[in-house]
Amino acid sequence: MSELLFDDVSVRYGSGRRALTAVEGVRLVVPDGEVVGLVGESGSGKSTLAKAAVGLAPVSAGRILLGGQPMPMRGARRPVQLVFQDPYSSLDPRMTIGASIGEAVPRRDRRAEVARLLDLVELDAELAGSFPGQLSGGQRQRVALARALAARPDVVIADEITSALDVSIQGTVLNLLRKLQRELGMSMLFISHNLAVVRYVATSIAVMYLGRIVEHGPTEAVLADPQHPYTRDLLAALPDMGQSGAGATDAEPADPHHPPPGCHYHPRCPVGPLVRADRDRCRTETPSIDHRHHAACHFAALASEPTMQRSSL
Amino acid sequence: MARWRAVLRTPVGVCASLGLLVLLVFAVIGPMVWSASASRTDVASMLQGPSGSHWAGTDNLGRDILARVLVATRLSVELALLATLLAVVIGILLGTAGFVLGRRAARIVAAVVNIVVAFPGLLLALFFAVIFGVGAQGAVLAIGLAGAPAFARLAQTLVASVEQRDFVAAARIAGVGRVRVLLRHVLPNIAEALIVNAAIGAGGALLAFASLSFLGLGVQAPAYDWGKLLGDGLTGIYEQPIAALAPGIAVIVAGLAFNLFGETLAKGVGLTTTLGRVPLGRTKRARATEPVSEEDDAVLDVADLVVTLPGHGGPIRPVRGVGFRIGRGEAVGVVGESGSGKSLTALAVSRLIEEPARVEASRLRFLGTDLRAGAARTHRRLLGTSLAMVFQDPMTSLNPTRRVGSQLAEVARQHGGLSRGAALALAIDRLRAVRVPAAQRRARQYPHEFSGGMRQRAMIGMGLMGTPALIVADEPTTALDVTVQRQVLDLLRSIRRENSVALLLISHDVAVVSQVCDRVLVMYAGRIVEDLPAAELAEGARHPYTRALVAAVPDMHTDLDRPLAAIPGRAPDPTRFPTGCAFAPRCALATDRCRTEEPLLETDDAGRRVACWHAELVGARA
Repeated sequence: MSELLFDDVSVRYGSGRRALTAVEGVRLVVPDGEVVGLVGESGSGKSTLAKAAVGLAPVSAGRILLGGQPMPMRGARRPVQLVFQDPYSSLDPRMTIGASIGEAVPRRDRRAEVARLLDLVELDAELAGSFPGQLSGGQRQRVALARALAARPDVVIADEITSALDVSIQGTVLNLLRKLQRELGMSMLFISHNLAVVRYVATSIAVMYLGRIVEHGPTEAVLADPQHPYTRDLLAALPDMGQSGAGATDAEPADPHHPPPGCHYHPRCPVGPLVRADRDRCRTETPSIDHRHHAACHFAALASEPTMQRSSL
Repeated sequence: MARWRAVLRTPVGVCASLGLLVLLVFAVIGPMVWSASASRTDVASMLQGPSGSHWAGTDNLGRDILARVLVATRLSVELALLATLLAVVIGILLGTAGFVLGRRAARIVAAVVNIVVAFPGLLLALFFAVIFGVGAQGAVLAIGLAGAPAFARLAQTLVASVEQRDFVAAARIAGVGRVRVLLRHVLPNIAEALIVNAAIGAGGALLAFASLSFLGLGVQAPAYDWGKLLGDGLTGIYEQPIAALAPGIAVIVAGLAFNLFGETLAKGVGLTTTLGRVPLGRTKRARATEPVSEEDDAVLDVADLVVTLPGHGGPIRPVRGVGFRIGRGEAVGVVGESGSGKSLTALAVSRLIEEPARVEASRLRFLGTDLRAGAARTHRRLLGTSLAMVFQDPMTSLNPTRRVGSQLAEVARQHGGLSRGAALALAIDRLRAVRVPAAQRRARQYPHEFSGGMRQRAMIGMGLMGTPALIVADEPTTALDVTVQRQVLDLLRSIRRENSVALLLISHDVAVVSQVCDRVLVMYAGRIVEDLPAAELAEGARHPYTRALVAAVPDMHTDLDRPLAAIPGRAPDPTRFPTGCAFAPRCALATDRCRTEEPLLETDDAGRRVACWHAELVGARA
């Protein structure tokens, strides 16, 4: 098992006026044996980051290192495996699930290994002969998990693995994931838009906005004392049973094709230049991350400052 | 299997299988049985018309034409199939080359194929026939090569659609090589469409071959196929038309057989429309003059709503007897798992379900009007102005080719009879009401220039163009991010407050529903299992399913040291609902009674409804 490091990684698609920088200078560490939760809205680049780690998206700048070594992109063994969001499209409908899982298993003992993997994800080994169409969504996602584990990966990336599932079975998949992660001691990048789910699974949280990581720290600390205004907005927007929260700002999410200059969040920021006329630097200057939780906000508490009750931005 | 049997029983299926059978039989036995009479020259009876001994007459050497046509079946079919095979193989190689060789090669191959496809097939065939020389072999190559570009193009398109699927990416991540991915994942998933088109293509190849032979470029004497016979017969068409007609008819019949066979295959593998229909039940046509009930303040009043869909194994009933009413300005939520029938219920009350599905109800009143009876025109007008619908994906519910403002204005012009200018002004005003920034400018934009949340606002704005009494919103925030979801929910709430509009909110998210709604209907397996005030959802639910559903939602206070709650098992398949209570197989409290006897939806004094034999027990555990 080893540490996954995104070292100033950028991913650009296209060129010229229609270019899209989906990921912009992201530095993120997934420590050995830990779970890092990655949250952010659609278009923030979290899935692109995942794809870059498994070679499905082009890295235009920076490096992705596994245990200090560049990622092997050729050959049979792929140490980073991705579990996709939609188990209805990530399993070949024409292939038995045994064959799907077996594809990633080295040639010897394929049958026994598939049985072991199915057992690992708490599925009946007899299911190996059935087709994905015969399984429920939750069962399919377990199969997808077993296929990822078949390659004996050092790092597993789970990209919104429960968002296509009913909430009634989401719990079983997350419980299994947490159990496996602890038993196998694997490192994991857990991507989700659901903060409650990330909180349950991850030891640390990274928040992404328009291609940049805007805050990153231990789960508890980030949730209890969020430093970046975007993290705070995310927390405030959570629907909670029975409570209706205060009104939210009506600002529109920025267009990833034309990200605003300076701090990407400034056109929506409740503590930025929209509200406070004196905070013009947000429009021009990209914030550093020398703040608590590496928050990329000019007005977040400095990393050196002692933790107090909520900083007054 | 059942599907294939049903397909074969359709008129097309019967014709195709009969035609193909006849063709194959003649192809096999033709040369064996009739080759003697087909080659026997009889100078005494040259160029005779039809007679008892020669049904289709004789040719210039006195040979029996019918026998020659039947004997020619084998060669004609063989050559056509050979040419098709060649076309398919070359087509697949070209079409999948891009997948194996990478992006740049793919672009070059695609460009070449696109250019070649632009030429008419027969022209290409003639061109190749000249290159490969006269004769059967040359003609097979010519027609095969001429047919290849079309298949290459088809294969390219099909590969491109499968290539995007996650399972191909998953196989690549697992370290499977490109060629293996192509053979194991891509080809099996496009095979059906290719086979269907190959069968139809065989009919075309047969025709093309006949044309080449007819022109003298194909089969050469002494061999003969239908095209050659046709050419020979044409010289005497005025004296003896049957000599040309007989092979002509054979070509038509064989071509039709191949084409129909292709169509049948397409139906069998499900490339075209579903089969089957819902049998007309004994539905009583409701009388328009139904006595008006005393509860006339209801915006929507539904009882015994049943939706029936056609299925392979008989009709399916995803909604089985749903009843509820929504008062003026009331917000009612519907929650349930996927497949519970909640979306179909919403579509059914909005009258958006069309044939072949069927909607029945013993009562379906909107603003006091019985929607089951009366003219569809008046209903359309009533629903068009008084009912607003918001769907999950606003990208598909707005017309991408028209400006947002004029789409909204259309509603007012259609139903309100406003002029173009007045309607547009109203549209801008409504966009402003749903808090679209810079409404004047944005009204001139196209839907793709709007973000997801803005599109959803525009959709709600469209509903406000009339004077809606009810907004039906089907998962309106599921495709949106949490921050945007919050904005849209706030908007729905404030519209309700300001205009006293009722709301029917369908969602899988219990938290969303409990935030916005007054009352919640919980659906399971096509029925309402509980109807309770939203405030009681968290603590006071009396159905074990409602309890389990609420418990399964993780929030920011979930205990990190305990496993997450989940509902064991899976939701029942609408084709096979269990007897008794549908939730019993997944319910911890289920007893024998639950498994045999279906609980009725009982109403208590406070107007709450629940369908559970153990409701008292569940409620007491609060």
